[in-house]
Amino acid sequence: MELLNIKIEGQDYQVEKGLTILEAAKKCGYDIPSLCTYNHGECSLASCRVCLVEAQEGNGPKKLVASCVYPVSDGMSVTISSPKATAARRTSVELLLSNHNRNCQECEKNGKCELLYVAQVTGARENMYEGAKTPVTVDKLTPSIMRDTSKCVLCGRCIARCEKAHGLSVLGFERRGFNTIVGPAENRSFANSPCILCGQCTTVCPTGALMEVSEIDKVDEAFKAGKHVVVQVAPAVRAALGEEFDMKIGTPVTGKMIAALRRLGFERCYDVNFGADLTIMEEGTELLHRLTEGGTLPMLTSCSPGWINYAEYYYADLLDHLSTCKSPHQMQGAIIKSYWSQQKGYDPKDVFVVSVMPCTAKKFEKDRPVMEHDGIRDVDAVLTTRELARMIKRSGINFNKLPEEDWDQDIMGEYSGAGVIFGVTGGVMEAALRTVYFKLTGKEYGKIEFTEIRGNDAGIREASLDINGTTVNIAIASGMRSAKVLLDQIREGTSKYHFIEIMGCPGGCINGGGQPYVKPCFLPNEDDDILDTYKAKRANALYSEDEKQVVRQSHNNTQIQELYEKFLGEPNSHLAHELLHTTYNKERERFD
Amino acid sequence: MAHLQAAAVKQIEEICDRYKDETTPLMMILSDIQKEYGYIPLEVQELVSEKTGISVAEIYGVVTFYSFFSLKPKGKVVIGCCLGTACYVKGAQQVIDKFSEILKIKPGETSDDGMFTLDALRCIGACGIAPAVQINGTVYPKMSVDKVAPLIEQYKEATA
Repeated sequence: MELLNIKIEGQDYQVEKGLTILEAAKKCGYDIPSLCTYNHGECSLASCRVCLVEAQEGNGPKKLVASCVYPVSDGMSVTISSPKATAARRTSVELLLSNHNRNCQECEKNGKCELLYVAQVTGARENMYEGAKTPVTVDKLTPSIMRDTSKCVLCGRCIARCEKAHGLSVLGFERRGFNTIVGPAENRSFANSPCILCGQCTTVCPTGALMEVSEIDKVDEAFKAGKHVVVQVAPAVRAALGEEFDMKIGTPVTGKMIAALRRLGFERCYDVNFGADLTIMEEGTELLHRLTEGGTLPMLTSCSPGWINYAEYYYADLLDHLSTCKSPHQMQGAIIKSYWSQQKGYDPKDVFVVSVMPCTAKKFEKDRPVMEHDGIRDVDAVLTTRELARMIKRSGINFNKLPEEDWDQDIMGEYSGAGVIFGVTGGVMEAALRTVYFKLTGKEYGKIEFTEIRGNDAGIREASLDINGTTVNIAIASGMRSAKVLLDQIREGTSKYHFIEIMGCPGGCINGGGQPYVKPCFLPNEDDDILDTYKAKRANALYSEDEKQVVRQSHNNTQIQELYEKFLGEPNSHLAHELLHTTYNKERERFD
Repeated sequence: MAHLQAAAVKQIEEICDRYKDETTPLMMILSDIQKEYGYIPLEVQELVSEKTGISVAEIYGVVTFYSFFSLKPKGKVVIGCCLGTACYVKGAQQVIDKFSEILKIKPGETSDDGMFTLDALRCIGACGIAPAVQINGTVYPKMSVDKVAPLIEQYKEATA
């Protein structure tokens, strides 16, 4: 590795060749104010000019350069604090603010806004430049994601993320000059563009231009109306919620989260892991049928609503490959509105189910017309992890001082470790294999953890499993860029797999579009490489919880066994089909 | 996808195939389609997206960036008034206003009968003959407000 001698603020340093000034300065202990906060090349336009510094190469002139793209060279001298550089950075931010909706106090991004952060650190002056503003579009038509161009700084990170994760770039720059905006083609709503509503764009947006559509008001209304409000929480939420309360990334907060939910007034607090176990029973049985009776193979998992949207838009010809199982929280919602309400003696119309999800696409999923039974909706509201944090903050609860509490234990409180790992890519597959293996052989798989299929990146992983002399080939993909490879194989008839797990977001639900923002500028206590490691840290939080469970296979969950005995009959029974299975839309138009 | 005629689909696919070995074929494809059909609606952009793998949003961005491309059909007679600096100081604004007044359309619009489209152009490189107007490829030098009405009549007669 070649080392270069450079000076920063007059001090001598040695840094690797090939770094930008911004990266080199970071390694030497300087945080140059920047809007991109080292976002891994997801913005390489260098157009915001927030990170200007003075650089001098050899005896050349001192120049103002954008440190995010300007490479260090041997003998370079960099000044961050000179009056010229600080004034230049301040002007850059003031100009961005001049075409910005400055309702910062009321903006939901307040506290996590990178523009507000750089305005503060560069010392931007109040209303410095006033003038014309770009015509504004506000899109709140989908239940998942809203877009408000009055807050957009045209950094293009959302476009890059959509392309990198899914190969889609549903969003793009359009029009020209001062009228430039970022949006789907024709400045359409997400509602009539082929957007899968995964919400990855909302996690990289530096401002409040792209955010989830909040459903906190709906929950408030239900409380006000005196409904029996039941909350169910997805596995991945507990691995990240603590981040909203300044805990280190990867701290599981299951106990405190339950305590908070109880104090927010929810009548019952359930873990979606119960639904996950139920999903495994249904999906595992479906896979067995397909394997033994010659159904459509490979079978594809159906837990991720972003992935389902993608399948309907781009691979409608392969929808028969999808498992007909609803996702776990929809299944559990259907059970709460039927079996549970029955047991409690409640009219299902008076029961209101809230799901807390790491996901924005779940908001859309719960509104699908098919997600109901006899006119009773399975789930009434979906909150993201971020929205739950907001509810906790506004209620005056000191999250960090809460005691550790446990889930409500009655007819659906128990869950297995298999359910917990749904939140990470490969988890559904691992959980399903534990049960399928048992069903086929009558024995538990000796080694409970199928570690060869674990991981937390977006790449494709595959494995072969010998079950009673039958070889079962499996594959796992997360992010549609990876999924596409496997789907094209199926389309061409060259797929060798029997069972494929697909998750919408790269890394699975732990990296979902509704999870807390990972913005290095707001995480001073995390390591510099946090953008590379946060997924693994969150995944480990889930794997460690799996290890702690006594019951680790869905079929050994006694309450699941009881649910089948008393209510559903057996997996894939007629009633199970009515409540727990769904259909897909083969006619979905990309631009309707 | 909405409903392009089979012949149009075939021709657009053929245009895309022409440039399949280019590393950056989009401008050439769009340029050919614009010349052939006079506009590039979303349905056509979707088709180009499927053929090239470039996202519709990106194609739409290119189409809306360059004033040469159009999202709506243009009239039989496309009038482009240069509003570049030289033309502007020589009175181009009054000229385009006169076209607008007589044709009852704003710059960027097409008349209801599909006859005339009025465009405001940035510098077309004809500063020596400012103010310049370009109609269906023919350049008219040193325009003035008085010359507008006869010119429109001339084209009305020619296309009648």
